[in-house]
Amino acid sequence: MKMNTNTLKLIKYQLRDVMRSRWVLFYLAFFILITDALFRFGGSGDRVILSLMNVVLLVIPLVSIMLGTMYLYNSREYTELMLSQPVKRIQMFAALFSGLVLPLAATVSVGIALPFIWNGVLLSHIGALGYLLATAVALTIIFSALAFAIGLLTEDKIKGLGLAVVLWLFFAVIYDGLILLVIYMFSHYPLQQPVLIMSMLNPLDLARIALLIQFEASTLMGFTGAVFQRFFGSMSGQIAIVLVMVAWISIPLGWGARRFIRKDF
Amino acid sequence: MITITQLEKRFGRLHVLRGLDLEIRPNQVTAVLGPNGAGKTTLIKSLLGLVKADSGSITIAGQKINGDASYRSKIGYMPQNARYPDNLSVEEIIEMVKDVRGTGDETDEELFHAFNLKTEMHKKFKTLSGGNRQKVSAVLAFLFRPDIIFLDEPSAGLDPVSSSCLKDKIAREKEAGKTIILTSHIMSEIQELADKVVYILDGVIHFEMTVNQLLETTGERTLERAIARKMKGAA
Repeated sequence: MKMNTNTLKLIKYQLRDVMRSRWVLFYLAFFILITDALFRFGGSGDRVILSLMNVVLLVIPLVSIMLGTMYLYNSREYTELMLSQPVKRIQMFAALFSGLVLPLAATVSVGIALPFIWNGVLLSHIGALGYLLATAVALTIIFSALAFAIGLLTEDKIKGLGLAVVLWLFFAVIYDGLILLVIYMFSHYPLQQPVLIMSMLNPLDLARIALLIQFEASTLMGFTGAVFQRFFGSMSGQIAIVLVMVAWISIPLGWGARRFIRKDF
Repeated sequence: MITITQLEKRFGRLHVLRGLDLEIRPNQVTAVLGPNGAGKTTLIKSLLGLVKADSGSITIAGQKINGDASYRSKIGYMPQNARYPDNLSVEEIIEMVKDVRGTGDETDEELFHAFNLKTEMHKKFKTLSGGNRQKVSAVLAFLFRPDIIFLDEPSAGLDPVSSSCLKDKIAREKEAGKTIILTSHIMSEIQELADKVVYILDGVIHFEMTVNQLLETTGERTLERAIARKMKGAA
């Protein structure tokens, strides 16, 4: 019980600090502006959500992993100070992670939802919007967890930030290239299953597929799309998506927590 | 009372503490000295649990340190460079540490008033000058009336008036029976404040003497000269 209250106390001050920082404002303004602009140019709520999907898939992982890595490095002295107080390491770790993820997730959700409210289409699109925001929040948590793993892997800030960029590039660009390469090289074999598994292992691809299936845009993906639709559209497919996402959160975060607890400050 | 036995710490290939034994008594100011990289900071961080020793044991006020956090409520720590969250005000930072310490009983706000920090109360941490940051960190070290106080280069960046306020405070706390551990590069400051000098070299205690002993045995008038002579004699 003591652990929880200490963590909550720390989170309270952490949130106060982060909510006053400029990057939260920028991030909020960015989502409001882009969502509102899509309404002005595109019109209907469905099309806005589909366009937002690409923004979410591109921007959120990049911002979460870069900001998260930077945030952990910048909190280093503060962390040291709080750990010289009667605070347990795991409490501090939980407070640091919440202090990053809660503002990021809240900012994205509010920034996207507000223009839906003032354009009067919130209630008519609540299902699709909810699904989009849930995916956005999941991506925020996953890439923040990866950021913490990087920040605890190396003490060197430049190296850490470099690694963050490379990791983002890997998931956003290189991974899909590799899948294409596999498809090209083994074009004589039935590849639906291996490609399905490969896509599942990349949190970004997984999020993209989940959203496309949900918005019934999978016809865009041709025959593979049909296979994907059959699997991910089913109950077990949905459960698989959630499980893989949970794994993408808990593995880097668990590893990071272990490092944090054993680390020399 | 702090008892350290056979403390060992390696950072990769670097063997920083090599079986260090030390006893630190209350009612005294103990100055930890040594060349850069001798292991002073590692020693203090081990006492705070920030650095986890490879082997050996540390006992603080009868309680053996083994990863539990509660013993740190007996310790006040003033680090060399304190950095709190940029966007919190001085008031909020103090409130935060109070919250975490959970000590509702009377806090010691003597330094807060002596430093005249009231005017800085609502300023954000990032806008504070280096000296004012040091003051905040000194206030926090003494605020909860800890039995044990670690001060790492306490007067670095402080103006002469504040620095002497702090020195007076250290002397008073010592009289009150506290255990005080100090590191500093200013030998005159140590000569003024410390009762005992512990000199670390290559990860072990090279010598341990009272300031008076040190001056007498070397026949020098200042601590700086005395240590220089002693180290020359050893080499």
